[in-house]
Amino acid sequence: MKVLYFAWMRERVGIAEEDVELPAGVGDVAGLIEWMKTRGGGFEGAFTEMTVVRTAVNQVHVDLSHPLANGDEVAFFPPVTGGAH
Amino acid sequence: MIRVQAQDFDAGAEITAMRARIAEAGADTGGLCSFIGVVRAGKGDDKITAMTLEHYPGMTEKELARIEAKARDRWPLDDVLIIHRTGSLVPGDQIVLVLTASAHRKAAIEACEFLIDWLKTQAPFWKSEESAGEARWVAARATDDAAAAKWD
Repeated sequence: MKVLYFAWMRERVGIAEEDVELPAGVGDVAGLIEWMKTRGGGFEGAFTEMTVVRTAVNQVHVDLSHPLANGDEVAFFPPVTGGAH
Repeated sequence: MIRVQAQDFDAGAEITAMRARIAEAGADTGGLCSFIGVVRAGKGDDKITAMTLEHYPGMTEKELARIEAKARDRWPLDDVLIIHRTGSLVPGDQIVLVLTASAHRKAAIEACEFLIDWLKTQAPFWKSEESAGEARWVAARATDDAAAAKWD
């Protein structure tokens, strides 16, 4: 599974992307986030305030209950801020 | 039509090109609506000196295409163009161009507003603003979600 991080989440975890084997027992986005928090370091801090964390799976916005499979591309990022004032 | 690019755009040239496409397609267009987003400097101590726009290559194009398709479902549009810039910008620079064309002005204007409201809350772009030598990520605003939600 490819995992991508953007904006301040990328800065907090310290990497833009990584390959992760779907951890045993993790079947959805919420489960993956719980696993991320156990990794310590920047990961714990990046996933503390879940009201400002958004997820995409295979480049589509999803919610926490979205199922995951090993070939998925998962991205974590803050709420988007494009466009104009 | 969607374009995500670092370089600037020429709105006049894009309007001319759209009118040529419309003429070629034989559409009976009555009006074009354009919106150009520009980087603001702000006022006082928070004056912005530079901005960087990060995005999610691949998903950005998909989301913008999805938003365009939603607008086309909702209004009878003859043509749509969204150009969004990425990378380093300074106050006064253009960020985004939205162009819509339809037989009637109301559809063109409403679709243009819909597109700008929706791309703000759906397209994966993130702004980092530099002020007094320090960069900070711009937080999303609840008013943006409210602006997008009014189209539901």
